[in-house]
Amino acid sequence: MSISKQDIEKIASLARVDVKHDEIDEVASRITSILSMVDQMQAVDTEGVVPMANPLDARQRLRPDQVTETEGEANRELCQSIAPATQDGLFLVPKVID
Amino acid sequence: MHMQSLAQQAKNLAEKKYSSEELTHSYLERIKHFDDTLNSYITVCEEQALATARHIDKKRAQGEQLGPLAGIPIAQKDIFCSKGVRTSCGSKMLNNFISPYDATVIERFNHAGAVMLGKTNMDEFAMGSSNETSFYGAVRNPWDTERVPGGSSGGSASAVAAGLASAATGTDTGGSIRQPASLCGLTGLKPTYGRVSRYGMIAFASSLDQAGPMARSAEDAALLMNVMAGHDPKDSTSSERASEDYAAQLDQNLKGLKIGLPIQYFADELDNSVQTTIEASLKELEAMGATLKDISLPNTQLSVPAYYVIAPAEASSNLSRFDGVRYGYRCENPEDLDDLYTRTRGEGFGDEVKRRILVGTYALSAGYFDAYYKKAQQIRRLIKDDFVNAFSEVDIIAGPSAPNTAFKLGEKTGDPIVMYLEDLYTIAVNLAGIPAISIPAGNINSLPIGLQLIGNYFEEEKLLAIAHQFQQRTDWHLQQSPIFAR
Repeated sequence: MSISKQDIEKIASLARVDVKHDEIDEVASRITSILSMVDQMQAVDTEGVVPMANPLDARQRLRPDQVTETEGEANRELCQSIAPATQDGLFLVPKVID
Repeated sequence: MHMQSLAQQAKNLAEKKYSSEELTHSYLERIKHFDDTLNSYITVCEEQALATARHIDKKRAQGEQLGPLAGIPIAQKDIFCSKGVRTSCGSKMLNNFISPYDATVIERFNHAGAVMLGKTNMDEFAMGSSNETSFYGAVRNPWDTERVPGGSSGGSASAVAAGLASAATGTDTGGSIRQPASLCGLTGLKPTYGRVSRYGMIAFASSLDQAGPMARSAEDAALLMNVMAGHDPKDSTSSERASEDYAAQLDQNLKGLKIGLPIQYFADELDNSVQTTIEASLKELEAMGATLKDISLPNTQLSVPAYYVIAPAEASSNLSRFDGVRYGYRCENPEDLDDLYTRTRGEGFGDEVKRRILVGTYALSAGYFDAYYKKAQQIRRLIKDDFVNAFSEVDIIAGPSAPNTAFKLGEKTGDPIVMYLEDLYTIAVNLAGIPAISIPAGNINSLPIGLQLIGNYFEEEKLLAIAHQFQQRTDWHLQQSPIFAR
């Protein structure tokens, strides 16, 4: 399964990761070889095998629907103290809507 | 005092042979002296460490009853969020991240009175087997500084092996505790999935990640496990099964213990000297009353391909949170939101991380999900079933922890697949979620090699006990690199 430059550009866009033009060929070739290695799996018959998402086949545990974190403002201030740009308790990003 | 076992240090502190401040100071001095060469620490917390040490010394002087970890200097892998201290995960993306909270693992060590010497170096976002992908530069192996310590917990391994910490924490997603333990001559345990809380542990692959101890002996590892293990309501994947007193169960007789040797782990490709060394250590276990039996784990070869779909896929989800908005790196002068995301991530992540995000995104994308991700999860079920079947015939499974001793820096960075095969013996264990330990089993040309013991779900106490018994009869675990012995 050979990965083309266009494939890389599409995946990179989905993943929102910038891949520079002069890097694309090398990235494509490395990913092709990883996917070739991974293709060994296709030789195995897995008809009827239940996919395993969690090693203990555990179910997602839910907690009671009660408010347990009451620090409010103090917590937000603490968590936002390390943000690149904030204002009035909001995170700032470049304009999204024109 | 720096190379005494943690257990011995705990005793000495209790008997006031020396103070925690003296012990901590001794490690801090060694770090200053040796870590320029090894690069095992990203952040050293000198003031905080000494303050904790003095605080514990005071409590002890006042006659308070303290646990074995009180006043013991520990290094924490830089993947655990530590409040008020930089937590970088080995990445430029988090180079400026001062965590606002403590991971549960760190909180538990704090509660036990342990001293945090600092945060150790690691492969970026835990992706690697040699500690060569860190934003902070490669870590070196104390046994030969031209060689890698293994990864991703390379900093923790190097620090403990060189006597720059009493013990350390690591994390293991595909072998990242066991392989560096093997390459550095340490005892490293990956507990059963869910045994140790992942709250505050920066996620790589959520269904595979597990934190564990890295120490100079099984007894020391058991003492660390007593602090680390147990249910945490803040981690929804944390097991509710009661944890144990691992240090109290080390004296078990090995008579009648059935050890399975997978024929796939001892195939022709296995290096002769590694095979000979491992076989000698197995003979030792036989002499202690165990019996050896050949078994088969038929889907072993598929573990690397399955892992290199599942882990990158989960990583691509987990690393999507690094977007330059709420914390961490942000690119300069973003033109619009898309530019903010793509350039922050393009500039903030290293090459291996980007590669894995792309592979993972591809495997999860429309049209490929069934062929890759779902297929890998089915293979995962087959791999788990192999182990379940094996454990109906034997008590534990044994083999090499790694296919080789420590290799030279740069030797395997040319082709990702060569590096991926480093984890051949360790990966299946993470896919199945079972526990496994690597213990020093010999030296080949003065480089350590580890024996891996794999146990059934929640049987880490059995693994620690067997390792402890092995260490009563052998002294591989006591060996130290002569370069850092002074």
